[in-house]
Amino acid sequence: MIARLLVGLVRLLFGAYPRWLGSAPGPGQRIYFANHGSHLDTLTLWAALPPALRRRTRPVAARDYWGGGGLKGLIAGRGLNVVLIDRQRSDAEADPLAPLHAALAAGDSLILFPEGTRRDEALPGPFKAGLYHLAQRHPQVELVPVFLDNARRSLPKGSLLPVPFICTARFGAAIAPAPGEDKDAFLERARAAVVALA
Amino acid sequence: MSESLVSFVTGLVEGAPAQFWWLLGGLFGLLALASAIGAFLGRGGRGGATVANLNARIRAWWWMVVVLCACFLVGPLATIAVFALTSFLALREFVTLTPTRRGDHAVLLLCFWVAVPLQYWLVYDGWYGLFAIAIPVYGFLLLPAVSALSGDTGQFLERNTKIQWGLMLTVYCISHAPALLMLQIPGFEGRGLLLLLFLLIVVQLSDVLQYVFGKLFGRHLLAPKVSPSKTVEGLVGGGLAATGVGAALWWITPFTPLQAGALAALIVLCGFLGGLALSAVKRSLGAKDWGVMIEGHGGMLDRMDSVCFAAPVFFHIVRYFFT
Repeated sequence: MIARLLVGLVRLLFGAYPRWLGSAPGPGQRIYFANHGSHLDTLTLWAALPPALRRRTRPVAARDYWGGGGLKGLIAGRGLNVVLIDRQRSDAEADPLAPLHAALAAGDSLILFPEGTRRDEALPGPFKAGLYHLAQRHPQVELVPVFLDNARRSLPKGSLLPVPFICTARFGAAIAPAPGEDKDAFLERARAAVVALA
Repeated sequence: MSESLVSFVTGLVEGAPAQFWWLLGGLFGLLALASAIGAFLGRGGRGGATVANLNARIRAWWWMVVVLCACFLVGPLATIAVFALTSFLALREFVTLTPTRRGDHAVLLLCFWVAVPLQYWLVYDGWYGLFAIAIPVYGFLLLPAVSALSGDTGQFLERNTKIQWGLMLTVYCISHAPALLMLQIPGFEGRGLLLLLFLLIVVQLSDVLQYVFGKLFGRHLLAPKVSPSKTVEGLVGGGLAATGVGAALWWITPFTPLQAGALAALIVLCGFLGGLALSAVKRSLGAKDWGVMIEGHGGMLDRMDSVCFAAPVFFHIVRYFFT
């Protein structure tokens, strides 16, 4: 109910049109990884997915921002069914990716912003290592690059109200770590795959 | 619940003027004919992309006519709300294609969340004086001031000009179509919706007929740099045909057949100039279509470009001579 309302509202205000350029929507398990410039990124990418895929796709969100109560908590929890991760590690021993591993093991797909934070630029910055570790642990999961257009213009960092620009999500061809490819090389290739869709 | 719904619907149906039903019958007949021709041309997958595009357009036309007719039955408020949504979506297409910066955020918030509701509230309220000047005077002065307060002076004039142009076009100009409802024409009370239908039918039919005549007989491009599809033959043939249809529709208007024909010709001319000018704007922004909202037609502005130019002129001519 909340999810349907959210999708309807996002569609009406921002369009949230999908462009399947390098891949087609499919039932396989995936990690969609995208550039991050706005709080709308999660909503527009999620709303751009076909309903059947949307039900099995969970956005990854920071506990310090989305984990609270109120409207944000309602949107994140009841609406988007997010996987919360800790950006500030309280326990040095704990694996911050543990909830993501669990979600993937349960058969869900994920939406991930590997930059880790919102940037005020059109093109993404360096990726954090999470994407690489997830790819190593779950080789059956397809890694699909996505470029999100205009969400940053609609609701830039530091503004409270959105301007309704037409937002599109461009899906590229899936990538996978090559045998022997080291972490930094893979992360740079993943970033380039997102940039190539811009 | 169902009984009150039935009485609500019968109330609407009985409230509509008789001319509306004749017009509706005519529109549905025309669309049915178009669908039949489209199905015939595309039988067994023939005709390729052009016919597929034609059929997508016809399907979209069915939707547009059904939505408009439903609004007309429900009443002025629904009609005004649909046009407010149209302006909102058209403005969204315009600013999406226009390069804007972080410093434009406050100005754009005002455009979408203040200017659009205000302008259409003024239409609903019938406050002609403020309706006519809110955007061109107060908006014109307020928006650059807000922009200056945000402190970004880079390309200040270009950015503000583009946003104001988009606001005038998509909100101010389009709002003149439902504003026809506020005109008090002696002997024509309560039938303002028919006047709006007259404008929309003539302007849209003119677009379609210019396209059809252009495809069938087009030889000489009118403005090859601006639009590859506008031809002299299309303009003359389609324009004359649409003018004829407009004259033949005099019975839904307060006009004589001759007046209806002359006003239809004016609508055709303005609509043509609107399509041409907006094509040029589109090219200068580096796009082929304004958007992808309406299947086969492109975006909302691709469908409304001629209305933008025709509505204000038609509104003021009718207001000057008939009220």
